[in-house]
Amino acid sequence: MFTRIATIARNTFTELVRQKVFYIILIFALVAIGSSAFMAELRVEAQFQMIKDVCLGAMAIFTSLLAILATANFLPKDSEDRTIYTLLAKPVPRFAYLAGKLAGIIILLFLFVLIMSGVFCVVLWLREQTALAEARSTASGEDLAFAVKSIKDATFNANLVPGILIIFVKSALLASMTLFISTFATSTLFTVMISAAVYFIGNLQATAREYWLQDKVNMQLWTRPLTGLIALLFPDLQAFNLADDVIAGAAIPTAIFLKTFFLGWVYVAVYFVLASFVFSNREL
Amino acid sequence: MKRRVLAILLLALFGAVKMPFENALDAAQRQAKLRQTALDLNLRERVGQMGFIAALSGFRSPLAAYLWIEAHNAWERTEWGRMAGLFDTVTTLQPRSLTYWDMAAWHMAWNASKAALDDPKQPSEALRIRNQRQFFKIGRDYLERGIQNNPDSYVLYAALGNLLQQKMEDHCGAAEAYLKASEFPDAPLYISRLAGYEMAKCPGREREAYQLLKRLYDESPEHHKPTLISTLKELEKKLDVPPAERIDSSSSQS
Repeated sequence: MFTRIATIARNTFTELVRQKVFYIILIFALVAIGSSAFMAELRVEAQFQMIKDVCLGAMAIFTSLLAILATANFLPKDSEDRTIYTLLAKPVPRFAYLAGKLAGIIILLFLFVLIMSGVFCVVLWLREQTALAEARSTASGEDLAFAVKSIKDATFNANLVPGILIIFVKSALLASMTLFISTFATSTLFTVMISAAVYFIGNLQATAREYWLQDKVNMQLWTRPLTGLIALLFPDLQAFNLADDVIAGAAIPTAIFLKTFFLGWVYVAVYFVLASFVFSNREL
Repeated sequence: MKRRVLAILLLALFGAVKMPFENALDAAQRQAKLRQTALDLNLRERVGQMGFIAALSGFRSPLAAYLWIEAHNAWERTEWGRMAGLFDTVTTLQPRSLTYWDMAAWHMAWNASKAALDDPKQPSEALRIRNQRQFFKIGRDYLERGIQNNPDSYVLYAALGNLLQQKMEDHCGAAEAYLKASEFPDAPLYISRLAGYEMAKCPGREREAYQLLKRLYDESPEHHKPTLISTLKELEKKLDVPPAERIDSSSSQS
């Protein structure tokens, strides 16, 4: 079973690579290097803040887009190419087919995040070296020690790692959610539109949940069930937007990081189970 | 069709099961001062519809970066009012960023205030001075709000000390701010010295200043700076410290 899933995952990964998705990395590198060059006009602390803002923001945008757009295309493309019929005619359970597809995109997303993190670190390191050289040429003694400490504090810190990992788990969640939507969708466009809508609603879910759980006396009759429905059906994507705080220098306590990471994978598993449940009976 | 409906019902059931966990996680994240941004109508008006959607979609930081660049452009065109508005938005989007608070305050209290003082369109010196002081206050306000959002860092306390000392000449206030900054374990050594210097200028706190500076002097030769030694000597005279307790200035650094 695992061999079959691995084979489908490998093929999915290869297909995505052939679609030249890695060109996105090139755009990311251009954004990172371009922003770094422009930021040279700003004060040192602001330069590092901007590089982190732009790079981690771009990382979040690219991985979210890739997760939704690539996953939405799996089932319609395999139906169009007729590969799905060939595959499912063999002793491949439908859930194994979906698991392979999901694993393929998750591996691609992981690789994406890894390469983008590498580019980000190189750009940040180069900028740090330039700033350190400037500090060494203009300051000495206690001032230099303070300047070096400020530069090092403003560049790399351990909190960037959980921030980046949460960007990855959020993209995996989006891929799994899109796969679930695509199992009952009739076209790629429908899947993309619904996934985008769920994405936006998911970012408002926390507000809806808070509103629903509050004991508001003057709440309209229809508001409570509606906000309740939103809170129950949609994922709380705000919980995964911690990169914004990491960029600002805030530390994510380990317990909170682990809980958020765990919640992300629970979502991935639940959406996958539901996708398999719907897909197992779908007429192809 | 039945399976789809059942899947949605199962999703709702999962929603009910995960809700206590999500609530607890939400509370824990907020307690750790994460996700503090107030995404309200006030922000909606300031960043426009697209900006608000970006902020809602988890892209607060790139939006803040973009608006900061806008503020930088406004600075180059000396549009101080627009700059202050953009700084307000950026700090609302990223309240945990020390850099944004610190630099917003610096732009207002140093650059905008100087421009107000030198304003060729304002013939009245009294009004120019009044405008300059208003920018000092705006700068101070940024730092105080920044401290409220980031009470766990020395950086903004030190910046507030600098502003009170260099711009507002409030030595007592500066001493307090530097003292608070120096309480943080990662604060640079010079901040405690600055607290002592400012305290020495604060009427009624000379004895306290002497004790602080003397403690620093005894603590480490790294504190044996010319300013510290001269301030200590002045305080020794002023407080009539017995000769035996006075410092030996021969160990001073140049």
